[in-house]
Amino acid sequence: MKSLDELKKLREKAQETIRLREQTEGTKIIVGMGTCGIAAGAREVMLALVDELQKKNLADVVVTQTGCAGLCEKEPLVEVVRPGQPKITYGYMTPEKARQMITSHIVNGQVIGEYVIAREDTVS
Amino acid sequence: MEFFRSHVLVCSGVNCSFKGSRSVRNALVEEIEKQGLGQEIKVVETGCFGLCEEGPVIVVYPEAVHYCRVSPGDVGEIVEEHLRKGRIVNRLLYRGEAFPKAVQTWEQIDFYSRQKRVVLRNCGLIDPDNIDEYIARDGYEALGRVLRHLEPGEVIGLIKESGLRGRGGAGFPAGLKWDFTASAPGDQKYLICNADEGEPGTFKDRLILEGDPHSVIEGMTIAAYAIGASKGYIYFRGEYNLSIDRLTQALKQAREYGLLGENIFGTGFGFDIEIKVGAGAYVCGEETALINSIEGKRGEPRYKPPYPASAGLWGKPTCVNNVETLANVPPIILNGAEWFRSIGTEKCPGTKVFTLTGNITNAGLIEVPMGITLREVIYDIGGGIPNGRKFKMAQTGGTSGGCLPGALLDVPMDIDSLAAAGSALGSGALMIMDDSHCIIDVVKCFLQFFRHESCGQCTPCREGTWRLYELVDKISRLEATMEDVELLRRLSRTMEDASLCALGQTAPFPVLTTMRFFPEEYEAHIKKGVCPAGICSAVSQTA
Ligand SMILES: Cc1cc2nc3c(=O)[nH]c(=O)nc-3n(C[C@H](O)[C@H](O)[C@H](O)COP(=O)(O)O)c2cc1C
Ligand code: SF4
Ligand code: FES
Ligand code: FES
Repeated sequence: MKSLDELKKLREKAQETIRLREQTEGTKIIVGMGTCGIAAGAREVMLALVDELQKKNLADVVVTQTGCAGLCEKEPLVEVVRPGQPKITYGYMTPEKARQMITSHIVNGQVIGEYVIAREDTVS
Repeated sequence: MEFFRSHVLVCSGVNCSFKGSRSVRNALVEEIEKQGLGQEIKVVETGCFGLCEEGPVIVVYPEAVHYCRVSPGDVGEIVEEHLRKGRIVNRLLYRGEAFPKAVQTWEQIDFYSRQKRVVLRNCGLIDPDNIDEYIARDGYEALGRVLRHLEPGEVIGLIKESGLRGRGGAGFPAGLKWDFTASAPGDQKYLICNADEGEPGTFKDRLILEGDPHSVIEGMTIAAYAIGASKGYIYFRGEYNLSIDRLTQALKQAREYGLLGENIFGTGFGFDIEIKVGAGAYVCGEETALINSIEGKRGEPRYKPPYPASAGLWGKPTCVNNVETLANVPPIILNGAEWFRSIGTEKCPGTKVFTLTGNITNAGLIEVPMGITLREVIYDIGGGIPNGRKFKMAQTGGTSGGCLPGALLDVPMDIDSLAAAGSALGSGALMIMDDSHCIIDVVKCFLQFFRHESCGQCTPCREGTWRLYELVDKISRLEATMEDVELLRRLSRTMEDASLCALGQTAPFPVLTTMRFFPEEYEAHIKKGVCPAGICSAVSQTA
């Protein structure tokens, strides 16, 4: 270590790997992982999400899962929760749509209306 | 960067390790692989979370769900339900007596919310084997700033201003000790980190070192720069294997990053640290005995003066500091003396790490602001006395501390207040006992310890610890007279006055404080011939 700058660069990189544990209020993507969700391909959707986030270096987005949401026929379901915005639920997701969603919604802030099946009015 | 949607942190602190956290970790890794989740989920071994009583503990992020008492048999369900399907496994959540509802994250319970984590800021959050995770949490920034922007004298000034006092027992101002060592004449100076921790019921230094070794290394390097030392030692006891492995690994990484060795931060300042392992005698925690032990001599205390600051290791100026004292240094540098003084009390700023043991619901490792009351620690953080029993006494400061009764539950926990109350803060052992214990029996146990640990160098302690034990044993056999009590008192005074080191000087402490706070218990054994708790009997139990 030769300088404070060098340390800072190292720190910024390292921070991304532990951001998940810091419990900050960021974007959350929730995938429905009930039995029918998994049967409908929710795991593949989730893997695509994780992979896309990694490719785009979006370390501050958290991906979690939830159990049965009672909307089995529209599975796989993906919800996006962002502070100060209504919760968006996408249905009939595929790995391809999931990747599109990251680019459009998470990066550019454009909800893909066509895939949306529910929009919660109350701001979370 | 590798992206994981979930991190599973497994406690690898010594208490959880004893309960099998390693096999839990192995089972987790295996099960995660088996279910094909290997690229999404990372398993991280980390330091103590604090609620050791509930171990083995694991925490699943991003939800920060804490699972308690996890066995390898639970792992399949955790992976299938939580990691695969996102359903929390309710039956493994924390459920204290005081918490009717299962608790998902500990931040929700008083045990955590009443604490103030400075020294333990990274414990249970980072992987101690990975220097990058320490750096991510502002690690080594303090060292960089010190080496780049401050003169040694300014560092000492800052530590003095902060009011940091030694956490190893005596409470001596750290800045002053650094100053003495820095200004002592001598070409070679040494810094020693005292990690001996021989006090029964104390394991905080080991958990700090296991959970966040770099905070101690960074603190040591800053101290070394301040006093002008180029060489440092960490003194451990041999049985602390895990700590030693962790530390060896941490030292290696620090060297690889150029944070130890020559020319640190390109400033020409050089410092390195060597690990020294002792054989586990209590007296070797005493700084001059420790120095003898490092020199390869018998671990017997030296006469003071000269103090180590002027003539210590190999006769050179030496600063000996406790692990926790040193771990406080980087946050003080980063946040300033003012910030540190805003925590704790005026004469005793900052926090204190305690090991909470005995008859207490949430036994474990806690860090609280100095000056918090014993009552808050026991009832709010500790969750009270289990099994419907009543509080009888709290032993603060370890075996050489004092035993405080219920009437003193509101005493503030800081160095001066506890001393004024007739006890000691010591290194942070806090043992709680309920009303099933007999005071005489407890004191006898402590004296048994001192009798065994006296190094035998000076007569008042070598002989005195045996006589103290015999007299208290006589009380416990219900055979003592009031004259024996008088003898006990006189012997105690003699030992306090005439022993060479603090071991002999403080060995009578438990006798004196219990005589003072529990006179009725002594009287019952002697005058009435009964043990109120029903433990002592006329049958000889002499060891
Ligand atoms: C019998 C005896 C045992 C001690 N054991 C320890 C110990 O295990 N760890 C420790 O830090 N200090 C221990 N001390 C206190 C040390 O002598 C010394 O005061 C301390 O390491 C200084 O560090 P500090 O100023 O940072 O507290 C012990 C003292 C005595 C008399
Ligand atoms: S007081 Fe006890 S431990 Fe200390 S030097 Fe004397 S005999 Fe040894
Ligand atoms: S199992 Fe998927 S919505 Fe019910
Ligand atoms: S050692 Fe695991 S919680 Fe303390």
